[in-house]
Amino acid sequence: MNQRVKLFIPGVFFILMLGLLLFGLGRNPNQVPSALVDRPLPQFSLPELNQELVSVSSSDLQGSISIINFWATWCPPCHVEHPYLVEISESESDVRFIGVNYKDDLVEARLFLEEKGSPFEQVIIDLDGSLGIDFGVAGAPETFIVDSFGTIRYRHVGIINHQIWAETFEPIIARLK
Amino acid sequence: MARLALFMIFTVLCMNNLQAAIEVYQFDSPDQEERFHQLSDQLRCPMCLNSNLSGSDAPIAADLRAEIYEQIIDGRTNDEIIDFMTQRYGDFINYRPPLNRGTVLLWFGPLLLLLAGLLVVWRMVRSNQSADQALALTAEQQQKLEKILTGKK
Repeated sequence: MNQRVKLFIPGVFFILMLGLLLFGLGRNPNQVPSALVDRPLPQFSLPELNQELVSVSSSDLQGSISIINFWATWCPPCHVEHPYLVEISESESDVRFIGVNYKDDLVEARLFLEEKGSPFEQVIIDLDGSLGIDFGVAGAPETFIVDSFGTIRYRHVGIINHQIWAETFEPIIARLK
Repeated sequence: MARLALFMIFTVLCMNNLQAAIEVYQFDSPDQEERFHQLSDQLRCPMCLNSNLSGSDAPIAADLRAEIYEQIIDGRTNDEIIDFMTQRYGDFINYRPPLNRGTVLLWFGPLLLLLAGLLVVWRMVRSNQSADQALALTAEQQQKLEKILTGKK
């Protein structure tokens, strides 16, 4: 009897390994966990896109929940995402939308927002991508949820649309309120 | 054959030139340059999953190489630079992940599997030996067997 039970051990082990590997397959390899979640915003003070004499600093982002969106005109998914962001920002009145214009041509960036409308209260200029590095950004678009104490709560890689907003962003924002 | 070899050498030389033309960094010492290559080989590109910073064309990889270069010139140590990257991009960025609670299985899992395998083999060999002993004939049986084989009755 004992001998028979032993025969099952390799099978059980095999099934366990199979389960582990299947679980690994199901995970999105692009979903890299952010090192910055639950950490304070990096310190910065950078000029604003439409009023270059005004600088936006990390302490300006405290006091209300903010959505920080890294975008650029050279990034095709950002063009896809833009109309959704405009619509979402109109319906969310108690969340601040802050854009970070990431390694972009400033003239084109201004033109882009003028033509298509801006979802952003303020747009921070990150010419050389160093703010991006401080946020652990790998490319555009990426979006962060920051709570009213200036702590990063969530990092989203890729575009935002209504479905992603409703399924991912809304529950987190509701919890933070 | 000689022609082919010549062509291959030429191609390799061209590739080297090409690579050098993309980014030109001036280092104060060969040691700094070596550290630069070591770090950009060890750190992973955050965008491309399976290539290191030195092997990636992604814009973010170029930015991070530039960041490494500047920090080396500023006199930061390798550990400080790796810390800087890990704080922003997590353990993910390091191809040589540090040993902590989350990575214990990663580091020792293969060793554990090897030990389990050795244990199984050892036990199998041992049980085979004891089975052989159990099957071995007693002296009386051996005599009988010999009688049968030699045809004596």
